[in-house]
Amino acid sequence: MIKKHITGALGAALLAGGLAGPAAAQDDTFKIGVITFLSGQAAESFGVPAWNGGKLLVDMLNEGGKLPAPYDTKGFGGMNIEVVVIDEAGGATKQVQEFRNLVQREEVDAVVGYVSSGNCLAVPPVADELKAFTILYDCGTPRVFEDGAFEYVFRTAAHATMDNVSLARYLKSRDFDVPSFAGLNQDYAWGQDSWADFTGAMKQLYPDAEVKTALFPKFGAGQYGTEISALLRERPALVHSSNWGGDLQGFLIQATARGLHKRSQVVLAAGDHVIPQLGNKMPDGIFLGARGVNGLAANARGGELKELTDTLWMAYEDEYDTFPVQAPFRMWQALLGLKTAVEKAMADNGGKKPTDEELAAAMKGLSWDAPSGRIEMMLADGHQAIQPNAIGTTKWNEETGKMELVDVEYYAARCVNPPAGIKSADWLAQGFPGAECD
Amino acid sequence: MDLIATILVDGLIYAGWLFIVSVGLTLVFGVLNILNIAHGSLYAIGAYASASLVGAYFAAGGEAFPFGSYLALILAAVLVAVVLGPLLERGLLRYFYGRDEVLNVLVTYAVFLILEDVMKLIWGVNPYFVYEPYTLLGDVEIGPLFYVGYDFAVIAAAIIVGLAVWLTLNRTQVGKVVLAVIHDAEISQTMGVNVKRIYLGAFMAGAFLAALGGALTAPMISVTPGLGVNVIIVAFAVVIIGGLGSVPGAAIGALMVGISRAASVHLVPEAELFIIYFVMAIVLMFRPEGLFAKTQARKI
Repeated sequence: MIKKHITGALGAALLAGGLAGPAAAQDDTFKIGVITFLSGQAAESFGVPAWNGGKLLVDMLNEGGKLPAPYDTKGFGGMNIEVVVIDEAGGATKQVQEFRNLVQREEVDAVVGYVSSGNCLAVPPVADELKAFTILYDCGTPRVFEDGAFEYVFRTAAHATMDNVSLARYLKSRDFDVPSFAGLNQDYAWGQDSWADFTGAMKQLYPDAEVKTALFPKFGAGQYGTEISALLRERPALVHSSNWGGDLQGFLIQATARGLHKRSQVVLAAGDHVIPQLGNKMPDGIFLGARGVNGLAANARGGELKELTDTLWMAYEDEYDTFPVQAPFRMWQALLGLKTAVEKAMADNGGKKPTDEELAAAMKGLSWDAPSGRIEMMLADGHQAIQPNAIGTTKWNEETGKMELVDVEYYAARCVNPPAGIKSADWLAQGFPGAECD
Repeated sequence: MDLIATILVDGLIYAGWLFIVSVGLTLVFGVLNILNIAHGSLYAIGAYASASLVGAYFAAGGEAFPFGSYLALILAAVLVAVVLGPLLERGLLRYFYGRDEVLNVLVTYAVFLILEDVMKLIWGVNPYFVYEPYTLLGDVEIGPLFYVGYDFAVIAAAIIVGLAVWLTLNRTQVGKVVLAVIHDAEISQTMGVNVKRIYLGAFMAGAFLAALGGALTAPMISVTPGLGVNVIIVAFAVVIIGGLGSVPGAAIGALMVGISRAASVHLVPEAELFIIYFVMAIVLMFRPEGLFAKTQARKI
């Protein structure tokens, strides 16, 4: 009797799952594969907050009418949004396999993913091979489209050159004297590239500034005592760091205790995401960016996008009891871009669910509004976004018990991103040709 | 401050931390003949446990006597040793005594992976902070540089740990028994030594030292998943330089790594990682067993 029951249950399960094969794509549902770090060191800083924000947006879109126009319509062109979330941890080889699974077995209609630059470099060739529409929502390396061209792959966030050009422009616009500077960046592509971008931008804006030292502790080092001694000894006017997550938190805790921020101006290329954890342990007077007009800088901006920004801000605070930092903003700009592209493609094909080819055609050169500003797919033949950026100065507000960003300066996308047809390194070396600053 | 003095101070601070972590690893290898990869996990669990205990201490009104948080750090390491030591040694490792060393490495590597996930299940992926003990001891001004008093407390802790381990092994009856077991466990057993108890005690001591390293590090970092990975690699370099199983070797190895790394950061920052393994390679060229390991005839 028991055996019979088990056999029956197994049979039902097999019919429902394995034997029936993957569920056929339905026209009333748009299925997205989201890949982001749910474990590992990037989870707490980027992966988890990104999907926390993404989940809120998907729920709001599926409900309909929760967002200001033009995003007040239900789902994607009326289709319900379904999401499969995959952990990005495990390295590029695993991610390529996960990508194939999402496209071929899960039959997703679009893939949105990747914080790691390594994964962003590994997946696009496979996406083109499978002709699978893919959005890179977070990673920073300019190499994805500067060293390659992909038909089905788009990046909806600006690449990392913007972060460091903005920092250098902030220093200049505030007449900050920089006779010398130093850097402490993680010893892998992100840290090395950020330092190269920053020194490239400084060479143009502060040609006489001397580089005192460039330190590259290994990723996850944790202990920075010796590096901080070196920075204190060298006495640079400014210390640049693109560290993130636990590495940035550890560096700030140790550097602050030894007074580094009192001797040198500390500038952080992507430092906003540690503010919720550090609170008033983040010293006042740090110049920092958030890789776009994200987090506190977006909240302080106001203007036409205030309603959209407030929607994200309040929903996130209500749900998670903390404010959204940069990663949820980037997830929102990717998903809102995808919604815009889907609906544009449906307008062109008579209202049917778009194919990958139709989606790619609609996304190419697209522009749309996000809480982080106007996103324009302007580089790499319409596959790479540019966006505005902001830099501000940290200041703890004793009354509210919250960290604020003061003296925020906003930069137009065309001021801090290279124009089409020129590589970032060349743009920096040639003194920002074509930059359009106010 | 003179550059050489800065390098020495930075090197000593790093070496002090490194020695506390490494001496437990070398002790476990010396007694149990097991290269314990899970030592890195015990370090990380020590950091998490201390973050939780110190947090609970201050939540329970510890501000009135903040120095009590140092006791919480040590208590965290004791807890890790008392709970995980017997669980791992009696529950798993004893079944692999006398087996191939490579098998033991694989077993402890498996434990390392399991404990990494256990930590995520218990503490999640969000960071833990316990700054308070880090700043309680004030600043120390040496020349034009400020150091945190806590850094020197870690050096003091390393000296105390080193002396305690050395004196226990060389000046107490228990230590003589442990040395006898290291020399020949079978003969010791026939002479009436409770070898099982020695193995358990040595493993718990190793676990305590790993967890103490993590507990003392927690106040200066954000405690996040993956903490133990980098530590175990550099700790291996230290004990290989000093000679597996040698306590003075771990001290000398930690000093060599600490000072050479500090010199590299100040003078040739590009070579910071390279220099540790360069020192190790040079030592192994001339002393393949490490600086302090005794050359042993192979038993047939």
